[in-house]
Amino acid sequence: MKLLVCIKQVPDLESRFKPDAAGVWYNETDLAFRMNEYDEYAVEQAVQLREKLGEGTELTVLSIGPDRVVEALKKALAMGCDNAAHIQDPAASGKDPWQIASIIAAYAKDKGFDVIFTGMQSQDRGSAQVGVTIAEQLGLACTTTIVSFDYDNGTITAKRELEGGIKGVVKLKTPALVTCQLGLNVPRYPTLPNIMKAKKKEITAIPVVELLREEALATTASFHPPAKKGGGIVLEGDVSDLVDKVIAILKDKTAVLR
Amino acid sequence: MKTLLIGEYREGKLLESTCELLGFANQLGAETAMLLVGSENQLPVYSGTLYLADVAACGEYNPGLHKKLILEAVQKESPDYIVFLHSSYGWDLAPRVAASLRIAQVSEIVAIVDGGFEVGCCNGKMRRTVKPATAQAVLTIQAGAFPVLQPGGSPEIRKLSATDGGALEFIGYEAAEKKDVDLAKAEVIVSAGRGVGKKDNIPVIAALAKALGGEMGASRPVVDAEWVSHSHQVGTTGQTVSPKLYVACGISGAIQHLAGMKKSDFIIAINKDKDAPIGEIADVLVVADVMQFVPALTARVAR
Ligand SMILES: Cc1cc2nc3c(=O)[nH]c(=O)nc-3n(C[C@H](O)[C@H](O)[C@H](O)COP(=O)(O)OP(=O)(O)OC[C@H]3O[C@@H](n4cnc5c(N)ncnc54)[C@H](O)[C@@H]3O)c2cc1C
Ligand SMILES: Nc1ncnc2c1ncn2[C@@H]1O[C@H](COP(=O)(O)O)[C@@H](O)[C@H]1O
Repeated sequence: MKLLVCIKQVPDLESRFKPDAAGVWYNETDLAFRMNEYDEYAVEQAVQLREKLGEGTELTVLSIGPDRVVEALKKALAMGCDNAAHIQDPAASGKDPWQIASIIAAYAKDKGFDVIFTGMQSQDRGSAQVGVTIAEQLGLACTTTIVSFDYDNGTITAKRELEGGIKGVVKLKTPALVTCQLGLNVPRYPTLPNIMKAKKKEITAIPVVELLREEALATTASFHPPAKKGGGIVLEGDVSDLVDKVIAILKDKTAVLR
Repeated sequence: MKTLLIGEYREGKLLESTCELLGFANQLGAETAMLLVGSENQLPVYSGTLYLADVAACGEYNPGLHKKLILEAVQKESPDYIVFLHSSYGWDLAPRVAASLRIAQVSEIVAIVDGGFEVGCCNGKMRRTVKPATAQAVLTIQAGAFPVLQPGGSPEIRKLSATDGGALEFIGYEAAEKKDVDLAKAEVIVSAGRGVGKKDNIPVIAALAKALGGEMGASRPVVDAEWVSHSHQVGTTGQTVSPKLYVACGISGAIQHLAGMKKSDFIIAINKDKDAPIGEIADVLVVADVMQFVPALTARVAR
């Protein structure tokens, strides 16, 4: 069987974000990048399936982006993917979800993947579009937001997470694509021996021009902080002063302290 | 301008969030038609065209079939915008419709602004203004971002039907896990977020909850990592709460968490990041390390 997992590299979300020169995305200076959290669950699930199926199964991890995304690919290889495809695109952040999905679909077309895993959404862009769009373009069965995954003889049984804590149970036949939600599994940490082994695994570089055939369907006009509503008080300083202030506020504004 | 709103129906009920779609269309000043895979026994209270397909025949979750129904209504209505909620139903179905029509999709809209739609990004810390480049577009709107509107009247029904070709079999629903705490009744909730650092630190948050006579809540990563059970989770996929006091410890303020607690009477957030989005709705943002500040506060409260 052939498996594919798509990962995006995103900045640490605790960073401060400043608009870039064009004012349409963030400036990357001083940001530290890592694997999109949702995609870690996707990689873990793909690796678990790879392990269950054993010999004769090949798991490819793919990422579109500039050279820095090789770090995320290496992590996925150390987690247990067999090989990697780096679709080289320094301008990936300027592409809309339709284009990103089209590039991945162009790569996957004719390769005969049985199961494709993606994250439910990327943490920086958060469109929740790329996975489902790939499936539509390739004509694959697809379900989203999965928190449980099981595969048996050509059938996937997945649980989708719905609002308010209920789940929907779905069966779909492969070839299929699933988008992974937080909590699907416990992503492993790559061990040192596996990090060493991963160094020998192949990373194929493909220039994006070989796969890009679509124009963007949507454009970003601006990237900016939310309008401050104000009102809230911001307290800073020494811990014991902060405690004094908060105690005073609790007494003044709430009925919980007497 | 014309919109086709896609209503939601689950476990035999028309979801109230469907009225937010009407609120959105109203803000756009658009003419509206609606589509619902539902039942004639529960109709949205509005007086426009309603494309209705029978849920007993079409299923509550059958995206391939629902997509066909929507495409049929799109053909009849030629709407400028096809609008979904950004929900487990909407984010699953919207890209299928957009891809079939080869038109733009704008996700998780929080506001209508000059020159396009405002959407959240970077975990809610930042915003983007996005513009469709196609004449028609698919939109998904953030739950809670637009007012609930119940214009009254009764819809003019046009029945739709389609037969399956679906690659997917829906087996059924699984109920939410049993609760071991009932946050809905608590007057004070002190919640632990990922910023608490590790499982060993959870008792520090529990101690403040106890000192304030309340219960402990949590954000999703804390539950996913199994530091606390799911019954403590606050947010769209957990519980919705509105205590007198909500204390968020090391919680960034992602939209799905805010949806579960923003109606609290008074909100105090403790976060080392002054720019954390939780600051947008907190009455007080204490910029500090939770593990230094919380024990000090507990000691003073307990005194
Ligand atoms: C469909 C869907 C449903 C979801 N449902 C829910 C839900 O029901 N509930 C929910 O909570 N989430 C939900 N989420 C997840 C949500 O998007 C966020 O990922 C989550 O709320 C983040 O939790 P957090 O704030 O604890 O962690 P993070 O976003 O990682 O934030 C941690 C915060 O702690 C601060 N911090 C770090 N260290 C310290 C320190 N020492 N002292 C003080 N502050 C510190 C950081 O500055 C940061 O702001 C859902 C997501 C999706 C896609
Ligand atoms: N540049 C990229 N390279 C590879 N996969 C991506 C990329 N962008 C998005 N994806 C995949 O698509 C999912 C959804 O992304 P999005 O539609 O941006 O929210 C992510 O979780 C990834 O699995």
